Amino acid sequence: MTLTVFALNALYGLALAMNMFVIASGLNLIFGVLRVINFAHGVFYMFGAYLIYTVTKLWGFSFPVGVLAAGLGLAIIAFFIERLLLRRLYGQEHLMQLLFTFAIVLLMSDAAKMLWGTDQYTVGYPPAFTGAVNLGFVVFPQYLLFLCVVGPIIAIAMWLLVDRTRWGRVVRAATQDREMLAALGVNVQMVYSAVFVLGSALAGIGGALAAPRLALTPGMDATIINECFIIVIIGGLGHLWGSFLGALAFGFVVQFGTVWVPNWQDVLPYLLMLTVLLIRPWGLLGRPEAGR
Amino acid sequence: MSGRVSLAVGIGILTLLALLPLAGSRYAIDLATQVLIYCLFALSLNVLIGYAGNVSFGHAAYFAIGGYACAILLTTYNWTLALALPAAVVLSGVMAAVIGYFCVRLTQIYFAMLTLAFAMLVWGVAFKWREVTGGDDGLTGIKVPTLLGNATSYYYFTLVMVASGVALLWLICHSAFGLMLVAVRENAVRAGFVGVETRRLRWVAFIVAGTFAGLAGALFGMYHRGMYIENAFWTESAQVLIMVLLGGMYSFFGPLIGATVLYLLQVATNQFTQYWPTVLGLILLVILMFLPDGLAGLAARFRRAGGRN
Amino acid sequence: MLKVAGVTKTFEGFVAIRDVHFSLEANSRHAIIGPNGAGKTTFFNLLTGHLTPDSGSVEFEGQSIAGRPPHRIVRLGIARSFQRINIYPRLSVFENVQVALIARERRHFSLFRLGRPLYREETQELLELVSLADEAAGNAGELAYGKQKQLELAIALAARPRLLLLDEPTAGMSPQETAEAMRLIDQITQARGLTLLFTEHDMGVVFGIANRITVLHHGEIIATGAPDEVRNNAEVRRVYLGTDGHGAA
Repeated sequence: MTLTVFALNALYGLALAMNMFVIASGLNLIFGVLRVINFAHGVFYMFGAYLIYTVTKLWGFSFPVGVLAAGLGLAIIAFFIERLLLRRLYGQEHLMQLLFTFAIVLLMSDAAKMLWGTDQYTVGYPPAFTGAVNLGFVVFPQYLLFLCVVGPIIAIAMWLLVDRTRWGRVVRAATQDREMLAALGVNVQMVYSAVFVLGSALAGIGGALAAPRLALTPGMDATIINECFIIVIIGGLGHLWGSFLGALAFGFVVQFGTVWVPNWQDVLPYLLMLTVLLIRPWGLLGRPEAGR
Repeated sequence: MSGRVSLAVGIGILTLLALLPLAGSRYAIDLATQVLIYCLFALSLNVLIGYAGNVSFGHAAYFAIGGYACAILLTTYNWTLALALPAAVVLSGVMAAVIGYFCVRLTQIYFAMLTLAFAMLVWGVAFKWREVTGGDDGLTGIKVPTLLGNATSYYYFTLVMVASGVALLWLICHSAFGLMLVAVRENAVRAGFVGVETRRLRWVAFIVAGTFAGLAGALFGMYHRGMYIENAFWTESAQVLIMVLLGGMYSFFGPLIGATVLYLLQVATNQFTQYWPTVLGLILLVILMFLPDGLAGLAARFRRAGGRN
Repeated sequence: MLKVAGVTKTFEGFVAIRDVHFSLEANSRHAIIGPNGAGKTTFFNLLTGHLTPDSGSVEFEGQSIAGRPPHRIVRLGIARSFQRINIYPRLSVFENVQVALIARERRHFSLFRLGRPLYREETQELLELVSLADEAAGNAGELAYGKQKQLELAIALAARPRLLLLDEPTAGMSPQETAEAMRLIDQITQARGLTLLFTEHDMGVVFGIANRITVLHHGEIIATGAPDEVRNNAEVRRVYLGTDGHGAA
C-alpha cells in the first residue's frame, strides 16, 4: 500500500468515524445521564435519513434545511416518547427501560414501512459538496471532508455544553446523584427530558448526514445500533471523548478492514471491542461501575 | 405452586401433549413442535434472568450456535444424529463458557450490552462465513434421519427432548446451586461474605443457559430443515426476552406460558397483517406499563385477591 | 490471631485509615470505638476483603488476607455482619441461613440434587439460637428491624467462624433490644469459644462486654488497652469529651 492509498483510506476512515461519532455521541449522552440504553437510537437514525430524503427530494428544500428538519423531527418525537412513556419507567429496573426502547424500535420501524414503503432511496451529495478537493497528496470527495469537519465541531460543542455551562453542570450532577439534585430544587425530570431530546436529535442529524453516503432501506436501523454500542463500549460508557476515540477506532478498523480483509470488515469492530474489553473492561476512558 | 401440584400439572400437560397427534391435525402438530422449542429456549434464558438476575440481550447467539452446529454436522459432515446433537449442545455450552467468562465480569446494564455485542459477533460470523453457514442465504437442506422425517415422529422427538430439558432445568433451578443463584441475585455482597464466588456462580448459570438454548436451536434447525442468520439477530434475542417477561421471570414455569402465548399470538397475527412487530411492540408496552411481573404475576395477584374474598 | 501492620487506605486523596498497627488476641472480645467518621467501618472492610489497603499488611493466623476476595476470607474462619442490614430480603428467613450453610459446605455448585432438603436441622438450630424459629417461613425482608439483625448474626454464625466481626450490632435498636442482643452475642461467643471484634457506638455496651478496646480517631489509633486504661486515657477523654462528649460513658 503506497502512502497515497494509505492516506486516502485514512481519510475515508475518518469520514466514517466522524459520521458515526455524531450518532453514537447521542446514544452515549443518553446513557451517561439517564442510564438507559436506547435501542431506539438506530430507528431514530433511520428516521433522520428518511426525513432528509422527504424534505430535500420530495419537497425540494435545501440540504441544510433537511438536516435541521431531521434533527428537529427527532427532537419532537423524542420529546413525546419521553414525556408520555419513558418517564414512567425511570424508577424501574434497567431491563424494563431497555425493553421499552425495544418496543419503540418495533413500533417505529413498522411506522417507517407504512410511511416510506420498502423501496430503496438515495439522497445524493448536496449541491455545494458534489465535487472533490485536491488536498495536495490525494483528491477527496468534498462531502466526506465536510463530515470530517462536522464531527470535531459537534464534539467540541458538546464538550463546551456539558463541561462549561451551568446546564452542563446540572447534567453532570444528575449522572452522579439524582436524589441530591432533586433535593437541591433542580428539576431533574426537565434535565432528563432535555438530554433525551438532545441525544435523539443527534441520531436524527447523524442519519441525515449519513444519507448522502448510503442507500436508504428499511432495516438500516438494525446494524447501526450495534455499531454505536461498539463505539460507546470501546470508549467507555457515558464518556464523551471515549466515544470520539471509539468512533475513530471503528472508522479506521472498518475502512482498512475493507482493504485488507474484504468481506470481514464488519466483524473486525467486534474483535477490536473484545480486545479493548480484555485489557480494560470499562472501555478506553471509562471507569469501573463502583458503587452502582 | 408446591412441588406436588406442579408435578401433577406437569404430568397432565405432558399426557395431553403426548396425545395431541391423535387429534389428527398436521397443523396442530407443527404448531406444537415450534411452541415446545420456544418454551425450552425461553426457559433456558430465565436461568440467567429470573434466577441469576442477569439480563442477557444476546441469548439468540447460543440458539444459533446449537442450530448451525447441529445442521452443519448432520449435513456437511454426515454425522449421525446421536453424535451431532450432543456435539452441538456441548459446543453451545463451550461457546457460552468462553463468552460468559467475559460477560460475568460486568453486571447489570453493562452485562446486557456485552451479551448483545457478543451475540452480534456471532451473527456477523454466521453472515460472513458463507462457505460454512451459507451466509444470508441460510443453511438449507439439512439432512434429518429418516426416522424423524415425518411431522409426528419429529414432534415426539421434540417432546421428549424438551420435556427432559425442562425437567433438568427444573432440577438445576431447585438445587443448592439454584438457591444460591437467587441469593446472589438478591444480595451479591452478602453472598460473597458467606463464602460464595459470585462471579463463578453466575458464570455457571451462563453456561447452563447457553447449553439449553443450544439444544433448542438444534431442534429448531432440524424442524425447519434450515438455519438462517435472522435466528442469531438481536431482535430474536429480544423476542425470547419478551417471552420470559410476558410469562413472568420470577416463576419457573412463567416463561413456558410466555413462549406459548407469544408464539401463538404471532402465528395468529400473521394471518391478518404483516405488521407483527407493531403488535409485539404494543404487547410489550402493555406489559411494561401494567404487568411488570408478567402473566404468572398476574395469576398470582388474582389468586391472592381470590383468597382474600 | 489477627495482625494488622502499617495499613493505610485513602479515598481520592482523603486518608480514611492512616498507618494502623493492631493486633487481636484469640478469645478476646475486642471493641473498636471512635467518633463518627473515625474510620471504623473502613477498618472493618479492610479486614474482610471488602476493601484493599493501599499499603500495609493484614494477617490472620499467619496468612496474609489483605485484598483477598471475601469468599476466601470467610473460608479461613472469619465471618462478619454489616452496619446496615445485609440479608436476602426476598428469601425466607430459613433460606437466608440455609444458603450460608450450603456455601460453607461448598455445595453451591451442586446442580443436580434438590437444594431444599439440605442442612435443615442445622438451619433450624441456628434459628432457634437467635430465637427466630417461629418466623422461619416468612420473608426475611418483612421481619422487624431487630430480628433482621439477629438473622444477620445467624448467617454469620452459619459460616462456623473462629473470628466474628460485628459492625455496629445494635445500631438502630431500642435500649431493650440492645440489651437483649448483647446478652445473646455474649452467650454465643462464650459457648462457641469465638473471638469477637466489634464496633459499637453505645458505650454502655462496649464497656459491658469488651475486655479490650481500641480507639480510632481521624483514621489513627489513639489508644488500645483494657477498658479501664482506655477510660482513663487523657487523649481519649480529650477526643470524646473535648469535641462533643456524645455517647461517652
